[in-house]
Amino acid sequence: MGADAVFHVEGLRKSFGQNEVLGGISLDLFAGEVTVLMGANGAGKSTLVKIVSGVYERGAGSMKLAGQAFDPQTPAEAIRAGVVTVHQNINDGVVADLDVATNLTLDRLSGKGASLLFKPANVRAEARAVADRMGLALDLRARVSDLSLADRQMVAIARAMAHQPKVLILDEPTSSLSSAEADRLFSLIDRLRGQGVAILYISHRMSDIRRLADRIVSMRDGVVSGVFDKQPLDYEGAVNAMLGRKIHLDRVVARSSARAVFTAEGLQLAQGAKPISMTLGAGEVVAITGLVGVGKTALAETLFGVRRPLAGTMHMDGKPYAPGSAREAIAAGAFLVAKDRAASGIVGGFNIERNISLPFLKRMSGFGVMKKRAERVAARRQIDELGIVCRSEKDELSALSGGNQQKVMVARWMSQASRLFILDEPFQGVDISARRDIAAKLRASADSRATLIFVTEIDEALETADRILVMSEHTVVGEHRNGDIDLDRLLAEVAGGPLHSAA
Amino acid sequence: MTLRDYAIRYGFIVLLVGLIAYFAIAADGFASPQSAVFIFQSVAITGVLALGVTATLVVGGFDLSIGSVATSAMMAASYAMVVLEQNAIVAVIACLVIGVIVGLINGWLIVYMRVPDLLATLGMMFLLLGLQRIPTEGRSIATGMTMPDGSVANGKFSEAFLALGRHRIDFFIPNLIPVSVVVLVVLALLIWFFLEYTRFGRMMYAVGSNERAAELAGAPVKAYKIWAYVISGVFASIGGILLAARLGRGDIASGNNLLLDAVAAALIGYAVLGAAKPNAFGTAVGAVFVGVLLQGLTMMNAPYYTQDFVKGAVLVVALVFTFALSGRGKR
Repeated sequence: MGADAVFHVEGLRKSFGQNEVLGGISLDLFAGEVTVLMGANGAGKSTLVKIVSGVYERGAGSMKLAGQAFDPQTPAEAIRAGVVTVHQNINDGVVADLDVATNLTLDRLSGKGASLLFKPANVRAEARAVADRMGLALDLRARVSDLSLADRQMVAIARAMAHQPKVLILDEPTSSLSSAEADRLFSLIDRLRGQGVAILYISHRMSDIRRLADRIVSMRDGVVSGVFDKQPLDYEGAVNAMLGRKIHLDRVVARSSARAVFTAEGLQLAQGAKPISMTLGAGEVVAITGLVGVGKTALAETLFGVRRPLAGTMHMDGKPYAPGSAREAIAAGAFLVAKDRAASGIVGGFNIERNISLPFLKRMSGFGVMKKRAERVAARRQIDELGIVCRSEKDELSALSGGNQQKVMVARWMSQASRLFILDEPFQGVDISARRDIAAKLRASADSRATLIFVTEIDEALETADRILVMSEHTVVGEHRNGDIDLDRLLAEVAGGPLHSAA
Repeated sequence: MTLRDYAIRYGFIVLLVGLIAYFAIAADGFASPQSAVFIFQSVAITGVLALGVTATLVVGGFDLSIGSVATSAMMAASYAMVVLEQNAIVAVIACLVIGVIVGLINGWLIVYMRVPDLLATLGMMFLLLGLQRIPTEGRSIATGMTMPDGSVANGKFSEAFLALGRHRIDFFIPNLIPVSVVVLVVLALLIWFFLEYTRFGRMMYAVGSNERAAELAGAPVKAYKIWAYVISGVFASIGGILLAARLGRGDIASGNNLLLDAVAAALIGYAVLGAAKPNAFGTAVGAVFVGVLLQGLTMMNAPYYTQDFVKGAVLVVALVFTFALSGRGKR
């Protein structure tokens, strides 16, 4: 079978420093087939994609495209050879300030053989041809920045297809699309499959996978942990191969809480979204799960005062709680470990100690002058409690691994007592042992406060929480006690399936 | 530590010592207390300005208006005393008020109007260059000058005010240390302590390094940024006071080099001790560096136009030290 594959990868390895990310990956893609690649965060999916698309250099192994050795040094080379990637971040694939026609033909404007001048009429005609081939019904003169996310995604894919590639790689293309928008994408993919393109589709959205997959390849910890190509496909087996264990193992003992700390009534996050009401109790850890783009971060930011709800009220310890800024939220005892630590958490010029003390400078100073001893003591205690691997509290954060950086971010907000502790994607880019450490610490210290974590990965919720709420389309659509969960119902809720089903 | 680490850490200090040693040998009379004091005196005004601009650099901004704030303050002080016949205290207060107002406007433009810092302060620079000449219709201000309406201005600089620029304090050698140098040292210590040891300074660094993280940690980011420009404006106006006191007149042609010298000092400060960030100590060393360079070149009879070239070259080298060698310029 390997001989027939359009694209063939053998023994691919890649390390970053000490850290081996890919440990010998072999993968085949066939013309006219959608191969789904599944893998948890940190399994090495994006590293694999970056090597194939010429962004990273590979450590070892070989790649073949249509029988020829394939060895791209740059993304442009990979594209010219016929391997085109649409990355997860849509805006990397389009130029927002240009119109659709220019975007569709952008690659003709640069590179070898591009003419110095171009006729707008020719560009539009060429763009029209590309759009027709894709079945794309868009106003070619519209600016991309005025399009919806889904339409931008279509433009990015159409632009990629203008190269008439043999292999198309789609990296989590539906992560920010609604289900109606996703349907349009799927019919486009069907069309491409019919044209004989070999497609590698990266996703962990089960509904996508059921809809599209001809084959499934599961990855875990940098190796292929399972290939599933017998019809009917064994989805359950693919998920298990990806997670490396039965999802029902390794569970927490769910606690319930008697005393409410935080309540929200009729909180509306977006125009047209159903209002959210919830109660969080002292000592319990509640996870909110749901796909990317369903409003998890919007809810986290609303609770933390950096975003206003359209309607609704909140109470903390029985008192009205309506923070107008992060400052007010912190003063009221609501702390947030924000998503994406590099962009919204880590202060690059500061060492561990200063990163930890950041929100509490007032409490650690007298007449405005910092009490360095208090700072050091607090930092050392947190390093100890969370098991942050470092030489000392004076280490720069850039010297730490992702997991340890995240521990510092969690440590920052655990260094003082909170009433409502919110963590938005606390396990993103974190290795499994750091993730376990953080989760264990969260549970162990949860006693008097309410703890709320936002996670996309369901098993992170299962591992950490006493109670799981499911979000879809900017509202909460399901609630589960982490005892004997009906996983199918939970997955259906996550995938935007029937709301509030009879069960 | 590797050799490279040493080079990053001590490179600029070694360069400064080397420069002093070279001038001491090559230029007669360079190595004397008087020469040292002269350097400090020439450094005092740019140094004060540089400390102010350091505050804006710390919050990730920049202030190009400092030079024209200083000359505006100088003109205002002169106008207050010579034309309006006010005393030294009124003149000083007028200058400081100008600094505060310009700082607030700069901050407002940058924070609320979302004008990029370089452009906002560049606009403010041009605005002030014009504004400071309007009251006298472009004339320099001195006692006995003829006003636009034909009257003669009879006020004069008060002795107390002039002392700020000219009085020298006994220090081992009589009449050694000028008051302006004392002002510089006091302000340098103040801003150093503020940035390194207070929670406000700490938060300013956090704002400059990761604004969103600072905001999510509860910092009033907008207020910190505006305050940084107010500090910069006030320091620049203090520089203007010292300039007026030294010249004893409101000279519209003076202060051309203030911006370049001050910015060079602050940016050279990045490289001192491998800090790779704006810092008060580095800025002070940077100011001395620029002063030594200019004094040495002057004593060796280098023409004035080569001085700008040398300053620019030193600035470029300092920036290479900071960004390339330490590797911290990268994300």
